[in-house]
Amino acid sequence: MSTLSLAVRDSATMLRRDFTHSKRNLMMTISGIATPVFMMLLFVGVFGGAIGPSSASSYIDYLTPGIVIMTAGTGSAATAVKVCQDMAEGIIARFRTLDITRASVLTGQVIGSVIRTLVSVTLVIGLAVLLGFRPRAGFGDWLLVLGVFVLLTFAITWLAVAFGLKATTPAGANSLSLILQFLPFISSAFVTTESMTGPVRWFAENQPYTPVIETIRGLLMGTPIGNSAVIAVSWCVVLSVVGYVWAKRQYNRTPVR
Amino acid sequence: MKLAIEATGLRKSYADKVVLDGIDLRVAEGTIFSLLGPNGAGKTTTVQILSTLLAADDGKAVVAGHDLTVNPGGVRGSIGVTGQFSAVDAMLTGEENLRLMADLHRLPKAEGRRRTAELLEQFDLVEAARRTPMTYSGGMRRRLDLAMTLVGSPRIIFLDEPTTGLDPRSRRTMWEIIRKLVKDGVTIFLTTQYLEEADQLADRIAVLNGGRLVAEGTPDQLKRLIPGGHVRLQFADVPRLDHAVRILGGTRDDDSLALDIPSDGGVQSLRSLLDRLDGNHIEADSLSVHLPDLDDVFFALTAKETTR
Repeated sequence: MSTLSLAVRDSATMLRRDFTHSKRNLMMTISGIATPVFMMLLFVGVFGGAIGPSSASSYIDYLTPGIVIMTAGTGSAATAVKVCQDMAEGIIARFRTLDITRASVLTGQVIGSVIRTLVSVTLVIGLAVLLGFRPRAGFGDWLLVLGVFVLLTFAITWLAVAFGLKATTPAGANSLSLILQFLPFISSAFVTTESMTGPVRWFAENQPYTPVIETIRGLLMGTPIGNSAVIAVSWCVVLSVVGYVWAKRQYNRTPVR
Repeated sequence: MKLAIEATGLRKSYADKVVLDGIDLRVAEGTIFSLLGPNGAGKTTTVQILSTLLAADDGKAVVAGHDLTVNPGGVRGSIGVTGQFSAVDAMLTGEENLRLMADLHRLPKAEGRRRTAELLEQFDLVEAARRTPMTYSGGMRRRLDLAMTLVGSPRIIFLDEPTTGLDPRSRRTMWEIIRKLVKDGVTIFLTTQYLEEADQLADRIAVLNGGRLVAEGTPDQLKRLIPGGHVRLQFADVPRLDHAVRILGGTRDDDSLALDIPSDGGVQSLRSLLDRLDGNHIEADSLSVHLPDLDDVFFALTAKETTR
């Protein structure tokens, strides 16, 4: 077998391991998947009336793309904590002495995390539609949304894995991943950047989440995308590569024990 | 004699602490080699280097015919490691743990299932197969750990303190398993801090202390390093002891009315001693033979190092 097919096979084995872990840790899995759903309810039902933009379209149409990208960040805490805990297990030392594709244990966790995030985002969009979200996207647009979303999730998850490897305790891993979860609050996810002032506005307009949100919003609602798509994809690719290389380097360094 | 492991000049230090200070090892195929040493002697570091977990600062090692630095993948393909800390997945059941190993060794599905069933049977884990290791006893965990190591049928197995923390019965079970493995031609590299364990199992023993090998040989060769074998005669009263000393010499122990006579403990020398007792009407109550054991050797060797 070629190196690539061996890598795919090992990663598939590690993905099965990750699934079994999700099954055994059912409460954690469910709460991870459900958190964005609660975010949706919170922002539509509780804050929606107060902070909605004053344009003609309803707030939920503006908000849903924001919650969608938040979903990509929500899973990162669980991923970082899981990786950090996993690395303390003796089984990782065993994996290192096996003739397998080295990064497969990480790849398995990344793919597992992306799949859980996709389940979560499906629930979020379903709920949004029930609450009155009316996207104008065609089939092709939906495919593009899926593509951009998966790309973003990959970037965030590889960064989360790197955080999990970097942190020495699960608590540390959790706090590092808060960056990924809270950045959407200072973006165009909930309100337009025009309503912000000074440095906050500058940051919101130039941080990676905003072009991704604008791209998804444009694809779903027909708002102008401009050069957001190119910037969004570039950010995602760069962050994925950074996260992957960083994670892999840390995994390959001297084991703790 | 084919060598399973050959290492020369292995060195490793962390910051300014030297853990291994130039170690040479030669382990013949199909034998049990035991690395014996107190805590912190560098046993685990040696295993980590030879099993590709850690890179040595200096030195060269060939394991199963593969150079450690040139072809670590080849080494990994031929070895199995059961470390000092349990290397089982606590969230998977015993059976799932073994199946995971089968998948990672890329065994075909049916083969993986067969091997799993076989190992569960062999290691007495059939009833525990569907439970997670959190519910296992220490001995069961260690058995599952070793069973996982065996899934890929490795030719060389590293066992880093495999019985530390086990009760005497579990320890015996583990010894039986290890002996059976060697019968099948597997090479075992065993580290232990239990002298009895090395004495029971090993074909050759190397004593590691302070990052250096201070002695190497068969258990018997090591025991011979330390003189002190003697026969102890016990007497009923002082006059009988006096009488014996006059004729036999030796070292007397007045407190316990005993006399120690240097001896190698062999049948010939014992017979001639008994003849002399008879011929000279020496009345001894009892006779016991004392040979130096590995404890004596170990303490003698490691004490020398630490007081240096």
